[in-house]
Amino acid sequence: MDFSQENHVLVVFPHPDDEAFGVSGTIMKYREKKVPVTYACLTFGDMGRNLGYPPFATRESLHSIRKAEVEESARIMGIDDLRLLGFRDKTLEFEEHGKLKGVITDLIEELQPTRIITFYPGYSVHPDHEATADAVIESLADMPKDKRPALQLVAFDNRTFDDLGEPDIVIDIDGFTDRKLDVMAAHRSQTGKLLEDLAADTQQGDDARNRWMRYENFYSYEID
Amino acid sequence: MEMKKIVKQDVQKVLTGFENTPVYLHVEITSGMYASHLDDNVFNAGTFLRNIQVEFIHATIRGGNRSKEHRVGLKLDNGGWVYVLGLTHYIEGENGEFIMHGFNAEGKLASALEISTQPFFK
Ligand SMILES: [Zn+2]
Repeated sequence: MDFSQENHVLVVFPHPDDEAFGVSGTIMKYREKKVPVTYACLTFGDMGRNLGYPPFATRESLHSIRKAEVEESARIMGIDDLRLLGFRDKTLEFEEHGKLKGVITDLIEELQPTRIITFYPGYSVHPDHEATADAVIESLADMPKDKRPALQLVAFDNRTFDDLGEPDIVIDIDGFTDRKLDVMAAHRSQTGKLLEDLAADTQQGDDARNRWMRYENFYSYEID
Repeated sequence: MEMKKIVKQDVQKVLTGFENTPVYLHVEITSGMYASHLDDNVFNAGTFLRNIQVEFIHATIRGGNRSKEHRVGLKLDNGGWVYVLGLTHYIEGENGEFIMHGFNAEGKLASALEISTQPFFK
């Protein structure tokens, strides 16, 4: 995959930290080739259940904590165009139909991305993820086929391998794993346990490193 | 500023202070959106209500003796009720809001009851 070939990559996720685990290495590889990357994050993740233990955050302070975390994450990845859209965590699927799609369409018209990274519809588990994926697909479906940006999608439902087979876009993130760890650490309100696993000299640690620190896996997607 | 473990008398005092005043509530019970992704046998139920305007005439905190969790009941001026089970921690927020949370054994938020005279962030 030639990373310098894209004109502009648009990353769309609903939660701060959605970019950290499966995508941040890939984002950094684009930034290394000077490809502009816009990260549109739809909510502040303010309904998250991890508040630190002993708790250092509350339901009310989580908003500003996670905002700062995703800003730090973007800084580490070298993203200078971070868009925080300000929807409420957990509510995306209940917005008026077409609202989210309109937000995505506006972004596409403004940025003219050649590639969009987001979740795979039907295989991304969280209703906010599904609503995000649906909005992107609906938005692209309205565009003429030859004008549509390429889709590079994240799937992690338990049915993923059975239904979709092996991922067809596999990104080797060798050379970017130290900074990827920093990205994960930036989301410290959410990633404490995983960071411990990644640092641990245990089977669990090996599993975590194999899962997150070698390759990032995606599926391409064609809209009929 | 860290949340404190619930001390019933202290929390009761704060709750009583909100009696007979129009207030906004945030009420939440959650197992997280990944509960049934991580374990097929889990039936996932949860709720949140945010910026619900009520006035309560009587507030009481119970539990926390044999059980770890506390219960709070708010008796409303219209005869209605708000009930939350599973609260363990509390803090008085920067904007005068009173925040009670319940954390499970893994330290994840399981329940919340928040009371404020001002609307919560939208
Ligand atoms: Zn997410």
